Amino acid sequence: MQVKEYKPLIVAFCCNWCSYAGADLAGNNRLNYPAEVKIIRVPCSCRVNPMFILRAFQRGADGVILCGCHPGDCHYTSGNYFTRRRMAMLFSMLDFLGIERERTRVEWVSAAEGAKFAATMTEFAEQVAALGENKRLEDLRCKK
Amino acid sequence: MQKITKEQLTEKAVSLLRDGTVTHVLGWSAGEFDYDITPAVFSDEASLRKSFVWNDFCGANFSKYLVSKTRGIEGKLLVFLKPCDTYSFNQLLTEHRFDREKVYAIGIPCEGMADIDKVKAICGDGISSVNCDGEKLLVQSIYEDAPISVSPSDVLAERCVNCKSKKHVAYDELMGEDGDVLDSARFDEVSRIEAMSPDERFLFWQNELSRCIRCNACRDACPACTCEVCVFNNPRSGVENKSPANNFEEQMFHIIRAFHVAGRCTDCGECSRVCPQNIPLHLLNRKFIKEMNECYGEYQAGETVGSKSPLTDYTLEDLEPGEVFDRGDINA
Ligand code: SF4
Ligand code: SF4
Ligand code: SF4
Ligand code: FES
Repeated sequence: MQVKEYKPLIVAFCCNWCSYAGADLAGNNRLNYPAEVKIIRVPCSCRVNPMFILRAFQRGADGVILCGCHPGDCHYTSGNYFTRRRMAMLFSMLDFLGIERERTRVEWVSAAEGAKFAATMTEFAEQVAALGENKRLEDLRCKK
Repeated sequence: MQKITKEQLTEKAVSLLRDGTVTHVLGWSAGEFDYDITPAVFSDEASLRKSFVWNDFCGANFSKYLVSKTRGIEGKLLVFLKPCDTYSFNQLLTEHRFDREKVYAIGIPCEGMADIDKVKAICGDGISSVNCDGEKLLVQSIYEDAPISVSPSDVLAERCVNCKSKKHVAYDELMGEDGDVLDSARFDEVSRIEAMSPDERFLFWQNELSRCIRCNACRDACPACTCEVCVFNNPRSGVENKSPANNFEEQMFHIIRAFHVAGRCTDCGECSRVCPQNIPLHLLNRKFIKEMNECYGEYQAGETVGSKSPLTDYTLEDLEPGEVFDRGDINA
């Protein structure tokens, strides 16, 4: 019998103007990153409210990463500065509730950083894989 | 024991009604028991004299009531505000939730409110009346012949033990003496939880949050929760007005509720006070307050009207979300 290797499901929220283009570039350059990374395109990183992150965990994500333009480069000027504060607070609260802090991350990836995108995803997926399945913020009704 | 008396408040309200300064009075009236005081609106002298109550169980924060009670009335509404209520009052003004012109606010001193659960812990169940002899609470139970005398300081509500301020930050008129902003130990419990291991924290919160029955009282009483339509009333959210199905729904409700009020929560303590399950919601709010204070500078919501909450503001040098964990001492 073959034991199926555990691959964590990663949800990556990527802003349209930088990080999504960065992911595109990674693809164009044929850079490998884990296939379990599911990208959700958002207009700006600050479009992501805490509910999105929780919903991703509910629907089975083992890790959630939010990517946006580098500070100062947001297409809407200041969106990612708000993202930075909000996510800092949200992650800190998740940590306060005892949910592993390694499951969440914010990374700034520009449209030119295909390599950074691929490397970040690979590294984040490994980090989450080391934790195993998300048990603390899961909704059993959503499990397949 | 409260320094200001019911008679003083009633006379004040009556005189303001008589001279036409106000047309309505937002006050307290007796509930079924001496300790379940209910907010009420009075519009005439007779009912004020008959039903107005003021004692150690008048904990309700009236600021939120102003949002609905000032609508559709002619003239002004008189409201009595304890120091902590005045912070919520300012915060609601900042958010343009009621018309300042329609309110006549009187600041009243507060010596701290009693928590009936603490009284019950000392005196047992079956409490038939609670009176005050000017010093002690006299608790009469149906199982005892003589009332048990309880010192108010032994049954002080959690939020009053950790009172942040006895100073009124908003009023038209002040009765009694104003106090000072206090140096409270309100973040100590948060620090204690932060020092736990993640597993311990998880179990601690699972134990607390799993008691939630989603009665929504914490939201309904909260002066920061004044949305016309709340996310938790959205039929498509899957969590509309029903008790949590599993621990995800418990966590989600509490994380989102606390997050929505982050930066606007004045730490008035209403949410914990009204929770029938005694869930320490103030710890979630205070976690956010503590984090924002540490990361973005000291901020007290409601201290002034028009102040900008840390979450609607930013600087170019803010900590990255990952760096928040690198500060060392916290969340060890
Ligand atoms: S008041 Fe308590 S039991 Fe009711 S919804 Fe809030 S936390 Fe849950
Ligand atoms: S969250 Fe609780 S402490 Fe904060 S404003 Fe609302 S009721 Fe008051
Ligand atoms: S929980 Fe959120 S949406 Fe609901 S009333 Fe409070 S702030 Fe508004
Ligand atoms: S558009 Fe990329 S973060 Fe705002």
